[in-house]
Amino acid sequence: MGSLSFERVSKRYGQGARAVPVIAGLDAQIADGEFVVIVGPSGCGKSTLLRMVAGLEDITGGEIRIDGRVINGLEPAQRDIAMVFQNYALYPHMTVFQNMAYGLRIAGLASDEIERRVGHAARILEISELLARKPRECSGGQRQRVAMGRAIVRQPKVFLFDEPLSNLDARLRAQTRLEIRRLHAELRTTTLFVTHDQVEAMTLAERMIVMNAGAIEQIGTPESVYERPASLFVAGFIGSPPMNLLRDWAALGAGTGAATGAPLRPAALGSGVQSNVVVGVRPEDAVIVDSPPFNGLWPFAVEVIEMLGAERLIHGRVGTEAIIVRQEASRPAPRAGQQVSLHISPSKLHTFDARTGRRVEHAAPSKKT
Amino acid sequence: MVENRPALTLLTHLTLVLGVVIVGFPLYVVVIASTQTAQDIVQNAPMSLWPGDSIAENYRVALWGGVLNNGGRVAPAWPMMAVSLASALMIAFGKISISLLSAFAIVFFRFRFRTACFWLIFVTLMLPIEVRIGPTYSVVAILGLLNTMTGLTVPLMASATATFLFRQFFLTVPDELVEAARIDGASPMQFFRDHLLPLSATSVAALFVIQFIYGWNQYLWPLLMTTNETMLPIVLGIKRLLTGGDAGTDWNIVMATAILAMVPPAAVVLLMQKWLVRGLVDSEK
Repeated sequence: MGSLSFERVSKRYGQGARAVPVIAGLDAQIADGEFVVIVGPSGCGKSTLLRMVAGLEDITGGEIRIDGRVINGLEPAQRDIAMVFQNYALYPHMTVFQNMAYGLRIAGLASDEIERRVGHAARILEISELLARKPRECSGGQRQRVAMGRAIVRQPKVFLFDEPLSNLDARLRAQTRLEIRRLHAELRTTTLFVTHDQVEAMTLAERMIVMNAGAIEQIGTPESVYERPASLFVAGFIGSPPMNLLRDWAALGAGTGAATGAPLRPAALGSGVQSNVVVGVRPEDAVIVDSPPFNGLWPFAVEVIEMLGAERLIHGRVGTEAIIVRQEASRPAPRAGQQVSLHISPSKLHTFDARTGRRVEHAAPSKKT
Repeated sequence: MVENRPALTLLTHLTLVLGVVIVGFPLYVVVIASTQTAQDIVQNAPMSLWPGDSIAENYRVALWGGVLNNGGRVAPAWPMMAVSLASALMIAFGKISISLLSAFAIVFFRFRFRTACFWLIFVTLMLPIEVRIGPTYSVVAILGLLNTMTGLTVPLMASATATFLFRQFFLTVPDELVEAARIDGASPMQFFRDHLLPLSATSVAALFVIQFIYGWNQYLWPLLMTTNETMLPIVLGIKRLLTGGDAGTDWNIVMATAILAMVPPAAVVLLMQKWLVRGLVDSEK
């Protein structure tokens, strides 16, 4: 089927001294049948990378292989890929059937084979009754399916999705997400899916590639990326609301130390306050305790409370640092303006090197609370 | 008009009626004149505005030629109409295909001097046939194309207007469509044929109407380069009928020929009205 590998892949726009590097020396391996989501903020190069795989952008340096075959110089049609575009890019003057059949017709397949493949894809996607319609007579969700159908009939080695859900409304997006998962489970075709939406990335990915500024920040399963973000960027990008990042840790530690007798310390750090780390804590890992701050607790001044239904977000401050706490709605809510305490298990604290932004691993995990 | 007051409605209708009368009356006179005999037109001053009874005779003579009561000979109009039709069609189709292809090249391909090419084409807007008639005549004469269909049509084919129109339309075609076609394996010409042509159908139709009329109404260029009777378009044929000099002009035949010359362009406009409006107003994407 189709494995996909990137070897020192780079992309520059322009020539010589005025060249603008977009992607610099990127390495990644994607196994056959895997569903990999590339996620990152806009302008991070994720779409460019996808378009390089598709053959719509030249590869400036390095090699991209599909099934071991270098595809750098091949035309898009020769690469055994299929792509679903953000705005679907359906041919407006053709019927749904013609849209799906067009690539096969160009490839010179027999018409009964074309009909069989299109019919099969239409049944999978439940768009059989739309085949005679023009794209403009289809709803947004239906067009999205037609675009996927056009990709499926090609029976490619790799599916490429370029933010295909961003034009759908929230309800349809959630539904289509599930359908894409179901489709992948059925077809087991290697899939590369680009999105800027970290929820989409978390829910869809078997493995995700987090990109920033043309480089890979982290590759891993959604669980590992969420639980052990490899850098400050990943910590701040993945999760909603994002991880609380305490940059002024040294002052904070000293301050609370004076007030409470013992500052809370990340397990990754030894004794002694270090000024060159940023400490992160997930909103759900901070627990509000209705007691005055004493050993191991942080004083927390509640400012704003957002009720989201099943849970609430409590915005407040520890010292000068703003912190968001996520709390289940069933728990008693503090009032705005109230002084409470936060309990955070040291093992739940993430530490990052303030200078490089990389994660500092727990050297000797402490069991003490 | 958003307001709905009777007085205003009356005023707008009066304005419209006035406009119709101004445009329509000369046409009416032409039609009436083509139904009377030459004597009726000349002897009654001003001429009667009621239809005469020689309509069949007039149009027969105008179309097929013949000898009039006063002894004048009239050349048949139908071969001239055939020349006009052929050249108008050739000019319209030639203009459309050349413009489509050049706009295709300018919009979808990256090549050296692309912008320069576009501006060169664009600048020819300032050089209609009337301006470059001397050099063009010289070129056509040297190539030995005088009195040929090629000579009659080719110098009129290049069209910056049409190229510009198609360029503007092609620029609105989303990049993703081109990319989707590339991934589907379509070659550039397949993309042109399978996607661009169907998408520009309405523009092509609108342009056809305009260019057909442009071709049909050509006067100066055929006047200069056709010396042979067989290559005479109908517009020049009308001029030929105005003999001047001693012999009196057969106004009834002239008017009948004028009507005959008007029918094909009018028919094209009427038949393609829907397409003309759609092509110029909206683009189907």
